[in-house]
Amino acid sequence: MTMTTQDPDQHLADLLAPPPAIDVMAALHARLTAKAEAAGLLDIAYRTLDTPVGTLLLAATPAGLVRVAYEREGIDTALERLASKVSPRILNAPQRLDGAARQLEEYFAGHRQRFDLPLDLTLASGFRRSVLSYLPAIGYGHTASYQSVAAAVHNPRAVRAVGTACATNPLPLIIPCHRVIRADGQPGAYLGGPEIKHQLLDLEASA
Amino acid sequence: MTAKQPFEQLVSQHGPAVLRVCRAVLGPIDADDAWSETFLSALQAYPQLPADANVEAWLVTIAHRKAIDVIRRASRAAVPVADVPAAAAVAGPDGRDLDLSRSLARLPERQRFAVTYHYLGGLPYAEVAAIIGGTAEAARRAASDGIANLRKAQGTVR
Repeated sequence: MTMTTQDPDQHLADLLAPPPAIDVMAALHARLTAKAEAAGLLDIAYRTLDTPVGTLLLAATPAGLVRVAYEREGIDTALERLASKVSPRILNAPQRLDGAARQLEEYFAGHRQRFDLPLDLTLASGFRRSVLSYLPAIGYGHTASYQSVAAAVHNPRAVRAVGTACATNPLPLIIPCHRVIRADGQPGAYLGGPEIKHQLLDLEASA
Repeated sequence: MTAKQPFEQLVSQHGPAVLRVCRAVLGPIDADDAWSETFLSALQAYPQLPADANVEAWLVTIAHRKAIDVIRRASRAAVPVADVPAAAAVAGPDGRDLDLSRSLARLPERQRFAVTYHYLGGLPYAEVAAIIGGTAEAARRAASDGIANLRKAQGTVR
């Protein structure tokens, strides 16, 4: 692939069409994503966002934000799961995520207490979905126990299932599973890691 | 159905090779459009692609069809294929050897495709044959004749 290759025929090929420069590929990529969006072929657009809790993956279908993933969950893994569960027509296309990125930045700056974004809950179904639909009712700066969430979704014995719903939340931060804590007041587990749960609860308590 | 890569991976892994193929077959002006059309068509068809398919061969096959379309349109309009400026410059702005590009454009079609898909697209001769027709051995001969002709032309210009 390089000009220094030993194969003389490959060297001839490099003279015919050298490997393209990175900015050339970037310009073509931008054109492709714009055309794909216009043709209705961009099933999932994504970007990454650097935040105080690490790099986040943001992904959206035409219906809305479908996935927020922490580095700890594996950004490539999250994209591969989206490819198999939703659609492999996935491109790095930041534009569709402009609103989500801006609102998250405002949230981390302490200037936003609730998110106003179209959401696509395709990745959650059944009881998990009803738990996730309930969570935004826990306001900014407040917390609720797993038990009280189970009671609120009319299934008081499903405390463990509430934990699972939080642990598999496809839209952490946006759907505030970090506000669901243990009955003894300890933060408990979090899909972004327990220290990030601490960090978010501190942020919300101080604002 | 086994796991399929996000399409973004295909663009980053194979985008450069497909662009080199488009440039070699069409020249720099039409290559960008052919590249975009190739990846847009591929994006559309991707969910139906068998998970064990050779993705690079699939992409080069689509690029080949797009290139043929452009060449047919151009020949109807009686414009030379892959025309490059007849200036004295030896290297193009993208680092191409312009004399060599002219020589490639003058090769018989099968030789031109065989050289491009094997040496720039990185496809084995069996895959090249699947695209241009004939046997793998015939594709190998076409590529080696094409390279020989390019060397001959290179010798006459230098």
